[in-house]
Amino acid sequence: MKKEFDTRRRHYTLCILVQDIPGVLSQVARLFSRKGYNIESIVTGATDRPGITRLSIELIGDEQMITQIAAQCRKLLPVQAVKVLDAERSVRREIALVKIRTRDRDAREGAIQIANIFKAKIIDICRDSLTISVFGEPVKNAALIDTLADFEILEIAKGGTIAMERGPGTIYQELED
Amino acid sequence: MKIRGTQAILECLLEQGVDTIFGYPGGTILNVYDELYHYRDRLRHILTAHEQGASHAADGYARSTGKVGVCFATSGPGATNLTTGIATAHLDSSPVVFITCNVGESLLGKDSFQEVDITGIAMPITKAAFLVRDASEIPSVMRQAFAIAASGRPGPVLVDFLKNVTAPDQLVDYTPVPAERQADALDDIRALRSRMAVPAPKETKIEGLLDLIRKAERPLLLCGGGVVRGRAHREFLTFAERLDAPVAITVMGGGGIAGDHPLVTGMIGMHGSRASNTACDECDLLIAVGCRFSDRVATDPSSFASQAQIVQIDIDRSEFDKNVLTDLHITGDAKEVLAVLNAQLEPQHHDAWKEQILSLLPAPEVLPKDGPLTPGQVMEVIDQNAPEGTIFATDVGQHQMWAIQSVHFRYPGQLLTSGGFGTMGFGLGAAIGAQAGNPGKRVLHLTGDGCFRMNCNELATVEHYGFPIISVVFNNGTLGMVRQWQNLIYGKRFSETTLDRGPDFVKLAEAYGLRGWRVQSREEMEQAFQQALDCGAGAVIDCVLDIDEMVRPMVAAGTPVTKFLLN
Repeated sequence: MKKEFDTRRRHYTLCILVQDIPGVLSQVARLFSRKGYNIESIVTGATDRPGITRLSIELIGDEQMITQIAAQCRKLLPVQAVKVLDAERSVRREIALVKIRTRDRDAREGAIQIANIFKAKIIDICRDSLTISVFGEPVKNAALIDTLADFEILEIAKGGTIAMERGPGTIYQELED
Repeated sequence: MKIRGTQAILECLLEQGVDTIFGYPGGTILNVYDELYHYRDRLRHILTAHEQGASHAADGYARSTGKVGVCFATSGPGATNLTTGIATAHLDSSPVVFITCNVGESLLGKDSFQEVDITGIAMPITKAAFLVRDASEIPSVMRQAFAIAASGRPGPVLVDFLKNVTAPDQLVDYTPVPAERQADALDDIRALRSRMAVPAPKETKIEGLLDLIRKAERPLLLCGGGVVRGRAHREFLTFAERLDAPVAITVMGGGGIAGDHPLVTGMIGMHGSRASNTACDECDLLIAVGCRFSDRVATDPSSFASQAQIVQIDIDRSEFDKNVLTDLHITGDAKEVLAVLNAQLEPQHHDAWKEQILSLLPAPEVLPKDGPLTPGQVMEVIDQNAPEGTIFATDVGQHQMWAIQSVHFRYPGQLLTSGGFGTMGFGLGAAIGAQAGNPGKRVLHLTGDGCFRMNCNELATVEHYGFPIISVVFNNGTLGMVRQWQNLIYGKRFSETTLDRGPDFVKLAEAYGLRGWRVQSREEMEQAFQQALDCGAGAVIDCVLDIDEMVRPMVAAGTPVTKFLLN
């Protein structure tokens, strides 16, 4: 039977364990540009294993495209493991900083209320601006930012999506594969 | 033992059994060439006219011998001149180690003279690209480069040394380890080998395929480049005969099975035979061995083998479901997978289906002996007179298709052609590499006037080293394949394809100190070819052909393989 690929375009997170060596990020990233896929976000960070870095790459695509790019990633020598996560099988978090203009006290209080509802933190405040930090699911962060649009948004900085499989499974199981 | 870094580079080549290097010196690689001077009794260096020629020569050497080819070049333009050769090797999975040197550490990143980020440039066209900044890494990186190039799906590797790393005062610890013992003796190579190890074929998958074979009434076997690269020709032959099915061959699969074997239906795809393409359309089981279903084979992936269960056997799992969706795929080395299959498969019989397909093969054409020279006559003269086992290096275009359609290649490495990247100008360099690696064999270079004009500078190399390579130029005064598309698809608007210009290829050959003939009839061709064979030196035969000769059959890009634009 030919494999039936899900043809819907959706958010996927590609989690990749790589050896921490020079040039590895560009080696992975160029696969995406070569295939003409846009990276929505990319996060790199250390892991519990020395010398191993985890890349979390968020992208929108269909299943065949994700499968192909994961296969191409696995071929790169510094790549140790690749796991494709979708929203259903994983917990996903994103950090964002949002700076807004607050012209008066009412505006400031309104913004603080909204931040509280979203369990976001005020990390910088002055008379005419306020910076909110939020760490949460990407969709909730998007909702917060959408709500804050009533104020004048001065700047947004996002940290990109990191994801992990639900349940006891880990990406390290891919290492043996 | 402490030795110079440059010594370590060359000792590591000797460890791998390298005896021939193709290359071109320059400023940053001077230290390596200086060391090579001391090794000139053990390492033969072939100096080409251009780095591109060296890159194709190393590739042709690798393809024809099955060993890893080696190519040297200097930094900057020397390195970028290799890139077409690297990409050519990459697309056709040819194992070549390219060694370049870069500017020294103190000049790195300063846009210094002849500085370029060649590891960055080569990243998408190599299996791995190393930048060596410390001499102590030399033995490890050199050994890894060879292990990577040759293992799994073969391919090119680039190693770029900073000039200071090659300085005479850079001493490194070096203990010789024979190549075959490196995986046992060295941790880094062991780790690399296990990382790249090709898994044994899964028993369930083998059973699945055997089951499909036993149920199939109309199976078709496809011989791809993996059969050639994996030297799986014996196992493939046994499997084909056991399967008792028609066998179609891709461009890269030429030599994977003898072209005149009674089961062979010829090339498949854009210029495939009616028999191969029809079989593909009508089969109920397609077994592709070492084939990635490129757009020149599966011209229209959605209609490709639409009645068939498609089975793909490949060493590279990223090839599965890439171009054509498969029903079953088996990851593994073609030789090993086929051996396992052969051990379990009882002889099948498909007489009616074979008859149906093989009857589509055209009767051998009887070509006229007179009249203006035709491509068919040129190929006929070559086929009838070339010694058994002759290696054919081609360029790209019409002559390439004519050659592959008409020569019955019999062993892997007999056909050297740029199938994936389609590199015009590949042939002469590849022929030089093949001749260097196979001194006892006759090497023919088949080319077109467009391709030949690109890299004919390597005639200087042919002459200098006394390589008896005969370049047969299919000279139709045009970029024939492009003109063919213009003729058929672009309303005969021959935009910039007419090559109504020099040089005079006979005089050109003579300028390089070689013999040259111009031929306009079959008789002249026969005489010239015989004289060229007899003269024992390099030669050029300029075959004057009509400008509107076409490659037949032809299927247009993006259309089903049975929708012939030309018969």
